[in-house]
Amino acid sequence: MTGHSEKAGQFLKDEKRADWHDQTLWIVRQKRDKAAWSVSEWEGLREYASQIKDHVLSNLDDYLIQFEEKAVENGVNVHWASNAHEFNEIILHIVKANNAVKIVKSKSMLTEECGLNPFLEKNGLEVVDTDLGERIIQFRNEPPSHIVLPAIHLKKEEIGELFHEKLHTEKGASDPKYLTAAARVHLREKFLSADIAITGVNFAVADSGTVVVCTNEGNADMGVHAAPVQIHCMGIEKIIPRAEDLAVFTRLLARSATGQPITTYTSHYRKPKAGGQMHVVIVDNGRSKSLGREKYRNSLKCIRCGACMNTCPVYRSSGGHSYSYVIPGPVGSILAPGSDINKFNDLPFASSLCGSCTNVCPVKIDIHNLLYDWRQEIVERKLLPPVKMFFLKITGKVLSQSSFYNLSGKVARWALRNFPRKMVYHRINVWGWGRELPEVPKESFKQRYRKNSQKRRVRNEQR
Amino acid sequence: MNYTAASWGIKTQTHKKGTSKMVRNLDIKKLNIGLFIPCYIDQFYPQVGIATLELLQKIGLNVVYPMKQTCCGQPLANSGAEKEAIPVYQNFVRNFSEFDYIVSPSGSCVYHVRIHYDILEQADEVKKVRQNTYELCEFIIDVLGIDDLKIEYPHKVGIHQSCHGLRGLKLGRSSELVANPYSKVRKLLEKAKGIEIIRLNREDECCGFGGTFSVFEPEVSVKMGKDRVRDHQENDAEIITATDMSCLMHLEGIIRRQKWDIKVVHIAEILNSNNL
Repeated sequence: MTGHSEKAGQFLKDEKRADWHDQTLWIVRQKRDKAAWSVSEWEGLREYASQIKDHVLSNLDDYLIQFEEKAVENGVNVHWASNAHEFNEIILHIVKANNAVKIVKSKSMLTEECGLNPFLEKNGLEVVDTDLGERIIQFRNEPPSHIVLPAIHLKKEEIGELFHEKLHTEKGASDPKYLTAAARVHLREKFLSADIAITGVNFAVADSGTVVVCTNEGNADMGVHAAPVQIHCMGIEKIIPRAEDLAVFTRLLARSATGQPITTYTSHYRKPKAGGQMHVVIVDNGRSKSLGREKYRNSLKCIRCGACMNTCPVYRSSGGHSYSYVIPGPVGSILAPGSDINKFNDLPFASSLCGSCTNVCPVKIDIHNLLYDWRQEIVERKLLPPVKMFFLKITGKVLSQSSFYNLSGKVARWALRNFPRKMVYHRINVWGWGRELPEVPKESFKQRYRKNSQKRRVRNEQR
Repeated sequence: MNYTAASWGIKTQTHKKGTSKMVRNLDIKKLNIGLFIPCYIDQFYPQVGIATLELLQKIGLNVVYPMKQTCCGQPLANSGAEKEAIPVYQNFVRNFSEFDYIVSPSGSCVYHVRIHYDILEQADEVKKVRQNTYELCEFIIDVLGIDDLKIEYPHKVGIHQSCHGLRGLKLGRSSELVANPYSKVRKLLEKAKGIEIIRLNREDECCGFGGTFSVFEPEVSVKMGKDRVRDHQENDAEIITATDMSCLMHLEGIIRRQKWDIKVVHIAEILNSNNL
């Protein structure tokens, strides 16, 4: 299968590096645990957040309209995009209307999802990602491998080399402080010369028309304050009813994401600065379709904290780039088939269904159940390779009748005991790539039980 | 903060002292117990089935193993073929509906019966089977109210907490949750004479078996298994135990391939090494 499995296999070829990747993210998980334990009502808070999201998703139309009304009252231009294409066009239109050429952008998974950067670049514009991690991967021309820590797959030495090439830092320098300072100087220039600042949106407060952006680097603020035009991009699911609901989410978000009590900056944008423009673009791009699927609507609760990635042993051992969807890891694997089940039919299988993701999720998305459900859907639509489909059909037949089952077991055990090792461990035996098969007993439990009960019967009769 | 493994097993949420079989007025001799031995245990690890049977009989239970049982259907359903698994589910229900309790040495299969048999029409016998299917350790603690099996087991043991048992059946508090720690498996083991239960660096990381995940994603699966074994080795375990032989089958496969010096033993085999 040319999907997650194969790419993960590639990633694991460098086992030392894989260990480093795993441990790095495990440390983030541990920080999250510590932060969660600092809030005694943590589990109640998760439940509350989940219920707020349930409520919002059930009343999304009303809240979106309320948000728009309030935002317009505040002097904000509100735009609606039903898909990625419309979204990109709207941004381009705003850019052109302002004769802008230089754009700075803080982190937004939505713009990744819609392919905004390549679209704008194709139109001759300069887009600079101002989050440090994002800037690094932009220099490398690759997608983020994590939604909160986009360059987590890279070591500081590699970033040193990259900065030497792009920013002319000293050759061989890899001190994070030094490299960050260099990026800072570079980004300052970009902030000061930008015509337009684009940001993502973490939360959009319906009753005040405010958008809230959480960053650690202050880069969203730098962009927004320096550029005359600000554009905030949000998916329709980012709505929360009131400012007091925001407190629930800000307490959960950073603790879940990085183990911080709160992000360094929690910026509230409500109206344009004097002489400036503020735009909010509200994007559907398949979300209303997901909302309509009763089973999977929970996935729309996601607040993009990345906790499910940090805790997922499959993600840690396979790296973000082995997932082909824009959002990697467990939550990405339930969002991806919602956007295109044909293209992403490998992702729901990229999980051992251990359920750790569900337990860390701050909004209580039952991720492992949704992965299970997507698997059913994929098989029902016959999207698995024919060999696997055939295998499943046969297994179904064998397991539904004890006579078939007993016979197959006998034959398989006989074969495993008598066939030469070369045959048993042929490449086709995927189990055997890195593992021995169990030592096969002569008799199954059932055979022994039958014999013993016969003996017992004979004994009883003799009495 | 009391969420570290050190304070484990002090209290369980569901059962406090005094919940013995006497207090519960449970006449265990009258109970009709169905023994469910999962397919891979039946075929590859009969000794685990035997240990389970012997243990339950030693406790004084009347145990029957229905001969026409096969599998819970999980291998199909976890691969997405839930529909193909329906006849397998029906076979399970047919075999086990007459029993008061169905006991199995596998948290994962029990979890599957309890949770995923929801796609069957919920006839009385289906409901009965779903409600009364128990993993061995939780059956001993929660139903029988026993927590000391008079075991002697002078070994250094690491408890691998199989995910479906831990997070699905809630046999313990998983490390992600901000809640009081407890572990039913540990509760049964820590009373064993001479046992030393070692602390792991990652108390409840998945071993990477994951059913068909182990062959759909072989490299990741093996890597996760190696890491799991290494955690036990680094903490000087002689034996890795678990409620699920499937996890142990996977770990054993790696241990034997790597020629490492550590053993896997199913929890039923340890619990059966007693003087009841």
